[in-house]
Amino acid sequence: MRIFYTLTFLLCLLAPNALEGQVFKIYDNFSELEERIAQAPRSTLLVINFWATYCKPCVKELPLFNQLHSKYAGPNFEVLLVSLDFKSQLEKKFVPFLRSHPLSPEVILLSDQNADSWIPRVSPEWEGLIPVTALILGEERVLHEGDFEHLEELEQFIRDFLHRTGQTALMHSGG
Amino acid sequence: MKINLLSLTISAALLFTLRGDYSQYTIGDKVENFTLRNVDRRMVSLSDYDEAAGIIIVFTCLHCPYAEMYEDRIIQLHRKYAPKGYPVLAINPTSPRLFPEDNFEKMRARAQQKRYPFAYLQDSAQVVLARFAAARTPHVFLLDKSRIVRYMGAIDDNAENPRAVRQRYVENAIDALMRGERPYPDVTRAIGCPIRRPKPVPPVDSATASPRW
Repeated sequence: MRIFYTLTFLLCLLAPNALEGQVFKIYDNFSELEERIAQAPRSTLLVINFWATYCKPCVKELPLFNQLHSKYAGPNFEVLLVSLDFKSQLEKKFVPFLRSHPLSPEVILLSDQNADSWIPRVSPEWEGLIPVTALILGEERVLHEGDFEHLEELEQFIRDFLHRTGQTALMHSGG
Repeated sequence: MKINLLSLTISAALLFTLRGDYSQYTIGDKVENFTLRNVDRRMVSLSDYDEAAGIIIVFTCLHCPYAEMYEDRIIQLHRKYAPKGYPVLAINPTSPRLFPEDNFEKMRARAQQKRYPFAYLQDSAQVVLARFAAARTPHVFLLDKSRIVRYMGAIDDNAENPRAVRQRYVENAIDALMRGERPYPDVTRAIGCPIRRPKPVPPVDSATASPRW
């Protein structure tokens, strides 16, 4: 019985952080995000939004990604919300924020502080300004700097990219 | 054909010189003089620092956690390098229209509370900001004796934990300048709070608005 409790306890330590249904992962190193990206099948579109609770325009556009997620998420369409909030302010800022702003896509807290080393790995053109949204499909990648004002704008950005890569079928609702 | 091309070139040249919207400073550019109000209410110009060996221009503000985390380090930079001829010159480029918490009185209070040893100027109209690609706070532009930009970017490689810093970009850049060498890296990227510019207010009555030529 003791073994069972110990195992359960250990499993809980390994599990993603869960708080009343809002699950998120912490990546301490950017290479973990690179690994996550590399693990996605080549036919899967990744929509990755970089944001932070302290960035007003980032917070303002988050509902669009909720809407995008409910409209298109499926086996070939993934939405990741990568926060650049501070790990040291997890309980004080990040967790309360998630409590009051439910987010349906996958949420990742990237706590890798060596930003100069990983910003160019997202895109050589990116200077680090957030919000920024990256679209990744296999080897293809494109970046949109700044926020989106409407869902249509975000959809058009994705549609244009998929059109260029010949994968328009991925935009069909319901995955 | 020739006349058209000539008038086109002249128009283009005129437009370029008259639009007043110059390109943004980058490494190697000379920074023009500017004047802004300091928290002691006096006007301060870049030319006030003509005797300095260089200037550490820092764009920072009150409402951003990144800027907050670097506040002590900015003070330390000044304490360490001002005696060597490299003072800090802090500029708050926030528009109080968008962030009322970043107004002049709050800047004064903060500067007094933390005893800022450097000038802290307000650029609420974002006129100086327009010439610097200071896309976020905090953001540093290191100028040499000739007011040429020699380094721009982050202060160091760890915003959250000063004790875990491995590369002090600005310090290394100044040390390089003091040795007569080129800073390396001379540009770094960082996450910070984006500096927002208020959207232009449209004219109320087009009949009475000043003509746009």
